[in-house]
Amino acid sequence: MHIIVCVKQVPDTANVRINPETNTLMREGVESIMNPFDEYALEEALKLKDAHGARVTVISMGPPQAEVVLREAMARGADDVVLLTDRAFAGADTLATSYAIAQAIKKVNAKPDLVLFGKQAIDGDTAQVGPGVSEFLNVPLVTYVKSITVSDGTFTVETQMDEGVDVIEGRMPAVMTVVKEASAPRFASLSGWMAAKKTAIPRWGAKDVGAAAAMCGLDGSPTKVVKIFAPPTKTGGVRMDGREEPSAAVEAILKALQDKGVA
Amino acid sequence: MADTPIIIDSGKCRGCKKCITACPFDALYMEGKLAVLRPEECRACNACVKACPFFAIATNAKEEVKQADLGDFKGIWVFAEQHHGQVQEVAYELLSTGRRLANDRGCELAAVVLGHNITDSASYLIAAGADKVYVVDQPELAEYEANVYTDALNQLIAKYKPEVILAGATAVGRAFFAKVAVRSRTGLTADCTALSIDKESHLLHQTRPAFGGNIMATIMTPNHRPQMATVRPKVFKMMTPDSKRKGATLMEALQLVAASTRIVRTERNAMSVNISEAEIIVAGGRGLKKAENLEQLKKLADLIGGVVGVSRACVDAGWISAAHQVGQTGRTVCPKIYLAFGISGAIQHLEGMRASDTIIAINNDPNAPIFGIADLGIVGDLFEILPMLIEAVESKTKRQ
Repeated sequence: MHIIVCVKQVPDTANVRINPETNTLMREGVESIMNPFDEYALEEALKLKDAHGARVTVISMGPPQAEVVLREAMARGADDVVLLTDRAFAGADTLATSYAIAQAIKKVNAKPDLVLFGKQAIDGDTAQVGPGVSEFLNVPLVTYVKSITVSDGTFTVETQMDEGVDVIEGRMPAVMTVVKEASAPRFASLSGWMAAKKTAIPRWGAKDVGAAAAMCGLDGSPTKVVKIFAPPTKTGGVRMDGREEPSAAVEAILKALQDKGVA
Repeated sequence: MADTPIIIDSGKCRGCKKCITACPFDALYMEGKLAVLRPEECRACNACVKACPFFAIATNAKEEVKQADLGDFKGIWVFAEQHHGQVQEVAYELLSTGRRLANDRGCELAAVVLGHNITDSASYLIAAGADKVYVVDQPELAEYEANVYTDALNQLIAKYKPEVILAGATAVGRAFFAKVAVRSRTGLTADCTALSIDKESHLLHQTRPAFGGNIMATIMTPNHRPQMATVRPKVFKMMTPDSKRKGATLMEALQLVAASTRIVRTERNAMSVNISEAEIIVAGGRGLKKAENLEQLKKLADLIGGVVGVSRACVDAGWISAAHQVGQTGRTVCPKIYLAFGISGAIQHLEGMRASDTIIAINNDPNAPIFGIADLGIVGDLFEILPMLIEAVESKTKRQ
C-alpha cells in the first residue's frame, strides 16, 4: 500500500499579531508549524503503516524553509518526502495549488492507494485543496474522516458530519481529508529526528512536475484579492465587577437572559 | 527571472520602506537599501504597488485572456442543501442574501435542489425568494456523495450558465463545491461572511476572514464563470417566507455517474450535538480547571435549554469531544445567547462566536480579551457565580 500525505507549513495563527497602526500581519517572532489538521492526516497514514505495512510519502508545497515540516514528518515515521517549491507557484489560489499538488502526486506515483490531507489549513481555512486534488486526480473523495480501516483494496471510514457520524465504504484509491476527532498525533522519536536531519530533501519545481505555466501561481488563479482590512471590532458592552458582590452579578446575568426570553 | 506576483525595479527603489508597511502579509523586507519580495508570502493584493511613491513596484499579472463568453453567464443560483427532504436553514439564509444580490445585479435568483422525493421543497424555496427552482429528483441523489453531486451540479452549470453560485459552508457544501469549481476551472471563495455586487464592475465581492480571523480579505473572480462562494451558516438572516410569491419549478432529469462510495451506516444519537444550530450556548474554557466542572455547565445548559460549548483547551485536555469546540478549528456558532465561563478569548475562539446576538462573559482576569466583545462582562470567580446562577434559575423555574 502506498499512502501520500500532503502537509502545509503555516504560521501558528494563535500567535499572529496585527500591527494596530497599519492593520497588517506581523510575522516576526511567529513560529511556523505543521498545520495541526495535517498532523492528524499523517497519524492516520502512520497507523495504517503500523497495522498493514505501507510506504508513506509526504509532500509539502511552500517556500524552501517548509523543509522543516517534512523533516518532522520523517522523524515521526514517513518513508520519503518531497518539497514542491518554485517561484512560479507564488500567488496561487486553491485552484492553482490543487493543480500543482496533483501534478506532484502523479509524479510520485500515478496510482497511490490513499492520498490524505488535513481538513483545512489554519492560515487559509478554505478546506478546498483536498477536494480540488481529488478532482484533478479523478479519484473519489471522502471528507471529514475520523478513522480509517482498510482491507483487500477497500476502505471503511467514519466521517464527522455536522449532525453525527457517517460510516462510508469504498474502493481505493481515494482522497480523504482528516479531522481532529481522529487519533492524537504521535511524537517523533529521537532516533527518528537524528535520521531525518541527515536526509537530503528533494525539491521539485513547476517544470519537474510537468505543470503548465498558465495554470500555476497567479496566472493560474481565477480569484483575485481586492482588498485586505482589519476585522470590525465589536466594542464591549456593560462591565461589572462581580468579585465583591457576586449576587449582583448573578442578578445582571438573569436579567440579560430574561431580556432574551430565557429563564 | 521566474514570474513573481509583483516586480520591484531596483533602479527606482529609494528604500523608503512604504511598501513594507503597506504589505498586509509581511511579504516584503529590506536588503540593504532595497525592498525585496518573499514571493511565497505574496498574495498579489497590490497594496505595495499603490503605496510606492516612486512607481518602483509593478504588478506582474498578465493581461488575462477573458473567456469569450463571460456575458453568456446570467443569474444567481443558490444550492439548497437538503437532508432527507429537509431543506437546511442555511439555504433560506442564502436565498435572502441572494435576493438582495439579484436585485442589485438586475437578474434572476434560482435555487437548485438535488435529492430524492424532494419536489415539495420547491414551493418553500420560492416563498423564500427564488424566482425559479431547478429540481433534480433521482434515487442516486438520495444521499450526498461527492462525485455524484459534483456531476449533477456541473451538468446544470454547463446547461444554464449561471453567473454566480452560492452554497452554505457546511460539511457538504464546502467539500463538493470545491470539486465543482475545479471541474469548471473557476474560482471559489470559502466561508464568506459578506457578499455584495460591485457597482462598477458588477462582479461579486466576497469577503472572508483569514489567518484565524486576524484579517479580512475581499476577493473576486473577474475572468472566470461562474463566480462561486460558500457562506457561513447563521451569518445572514432569513427572510420571512411569502407564500404569495410566484416562481417556476423546472424538473431536470440527468444521466449521472455511479457513486464511488456508499454510506453503510449513519449514527445520530441524542449525545451528538450540533452546536452550530444552537440558540443558547453555555461555554467553558481553561478557567474551569478540571473536567468535572463541565457538569455544572451542563446543568445550567439543561435548565435554560442550551447546549455546552467549549474552547480548544478543554478538547485538547481530553475533557469533552471536539464536537463541542467553538472557534476556528471547531465550529462557528451564532446563538441568541452565548454564556462564556472562564474563557479568556483567544482570537481563534472569538472568531467562532463573535456573531452571537448576546455575549455574556464571566472571567477572573479583568484584561481577558473576551470582555472586548461581551455585551455583559463580569469580572469574577466563576466557581462562585456559576452555582449561584444555577440555584437562581432553579428556584425561578420551580416558582413558575
